[in-house]
Amino acid sequence: MNIIVCAKVIPASSVIIELDPAAKTMVRKGVPHELDPAAASAIEEALRLTEKLGGAVTVLTMGIADAVIGIRGALAMGAHSAIHVLDDAVAGSDTLGTAKVLAAAIKKDNYDLVLCASESSDSYSGIVAGQLAWLLGLPALTFAKEIAVDGKKVTIKRQSVTGYDVCEAELPALIAVASGINEPRYPQLKGIMAAKKKEIKKYTAAELGWGADQVGAAGAKEKVLSIGRPPARAAGRIVTDEGDGGKQIADFLAELKVV
Amino acid sequence: MSDLIWVYGEVVEDRISPTTLEMLTKAAELGTAEAVLLGPAPDNAVATLGEYGARKVYRSSDAVFADYLTSPSVDAVAALIEKHKPAVMLFASSYGGRDVAAALSARFDCGAIADVGDFVLKDGSVEATIPALGGSYQNTSTLVSPGTKLLLVRPKSFEPAQRPQTPEVEEVPAPANAEAKRVRVTQRVTVKPEGPQLEGSNVVVSGGRGLKAPEHFDMLRQLADLLGGAVGATRAVVDAGWVPYSMQVGQTGKTVKPNIYIACGISGAVQHLAGMKASKTIISINKDPEAPIFKFSDLGIVGDVFKVLPQLIEELKKRKGK
Repeated sequence: MNIIVCAKVIPASSVIIELDPAAKTMVRKGVPHELDPAAASAIEEALRLTEKLGGAVTVLTMGIADAVIGIRGALAMGAHSAIHVLDDAVAGSDTLGTAKVLAAAIKKDNYDLVLCASESSDSYSGIVAGQLAWLLGLPALTFAKEIAVDGKKVTIKRQSVTGYDVCEAELPALIAVASGINEPRYPQLKGIMAAKKKEIKKYTAAELGWGADQVGAAGAKEKVLSIGRPPARAAGRIVTDEGDGGKQIADFLAELKVV
Repeated sequence: MSDLIWVYGEVVEDRISPTTLEMLTKAAELGTAEAVLLGPAPDNAVATLGEYGARKVYRSSDAVFADYLTSPSVDAVAALIEKHKPAVMLFASSYGGRDVAAALSARFDCGAIADVGDFVLKDGSVEATIPALGGSYQNTSTLVSPGTKLLLVRPKSFEPAQRPQTPEVEEVPAPANAEAKRVRVTQRVTVKPEGPQLEGSNVVVSGGRGLKAPEHFDMLRQLADLLGGAVGATRAVVDAGWVPYSMQVGQTGKTVKPNIYIACGISGAVQHLAGMKASKTIISINKDPEAPIFKFSDLGIVGDVFKVLPQLIEELKKRKGK
């Protein structure tokens, strides 16, 4: 069972995002990065499947040079090898451009299953998985809360508004995991040491068959017209509790005529 | 000529979803609204779509659209788009909506804009506002591909309003190819939610990791009872299994807009803010004075929830004469 996990590496959650008004993007370069926790869940799920069924896990990341820290993190968790699409030509890709680049890299490899997060923790668009599945011609099982593989059959519990739906398809397939599907393991020292020796294969857009005008900012169908800070909410009253915090809220609720 | 704007209709809990009606209202305001509704739906579904402004409904009640995920709907909608070429097609940022729009955006190589909070049409091009996720940044985007623009709309972005029409109905043939039947839905499981529901509640009391353990949600239930409200939660505590998913407020949970939102032990992660920051009044209690939630609060108490909440509950009981 060979699994490719698409893993996004994002600015660390502690970072306050800076904007580049000229490029109309957020600033990624020079910012500390980390493996997206949503992607870590996909890697964890892949590792559990291969631990049970055999096979290997390959991590696939499209991102800047700083993304290596997240790739090493995934390898330290136990992924066997990694692919890094590293090329200024892919910077500024929209969701579809990202899916095209990932699909081209996946097609160069052998796999039974493609795993990814349903949505990243920094932009939440939630459509790259569906685009990727279509480009690869794979059945898409999204928002998976639980995964079971039995021979060629894969079954998931898919999050729904009212509970969950049980869905099944034949391998090869793409599964996008929902948040909370598992608690990703922390890399152990042994894993961290081993990760340093594992291969990270690098691709450029051209090596994947994409011209600089087809992906990245130049090829994006979605163009950002403007970017800015949201209007600030009128400043509220922030007080430190000195023993009457509960009463203050009760007074405020009374002012609002809720009580 | 008025722009043709389509809405991908969805049925949730045996009725047309609120987001479908919100989108229809907006579509009818900007142009000629039409809806596509695939799969089993209640008897009054077409009439409901008409009430909110749909002049025409493309309809199939074939079970294939419910029994198999995504592909049958994608095939049917793609054929309709090719034939009628609407200027815009709106999808809810829902589980089903996202998958169908994603596949169409790849199939037509046209892209899509996700998480849209508002949009305008100018000479056939679309300008969409993607509201900030929490306190970070927001942007406006357009789609440069020719043809139908696909937009995924955030729930509660528009106020639903009735604009009664008697819609013309056009039957949509179900796709015949076996290739579309690849992901089979074998079972639908409803997890019964407990207590008053978040939707429509005037007061929402939510808890996050700061509550430290699931049993401490009892305090929130007490407070919600006193205020006639519902209890919500952050993704972190839903993921930890403390409370069911039906209580999740946030980008991947429910979007709420109550009059009063009380955030207890919630730091204000982007994910959570997206689901509640449109609340009219926000009150928060958190230990950390730097917690982002305070930037969105009308009243913020920097303090220990285990001291502030019991006092608040006692105080309310006293004032209510209980």
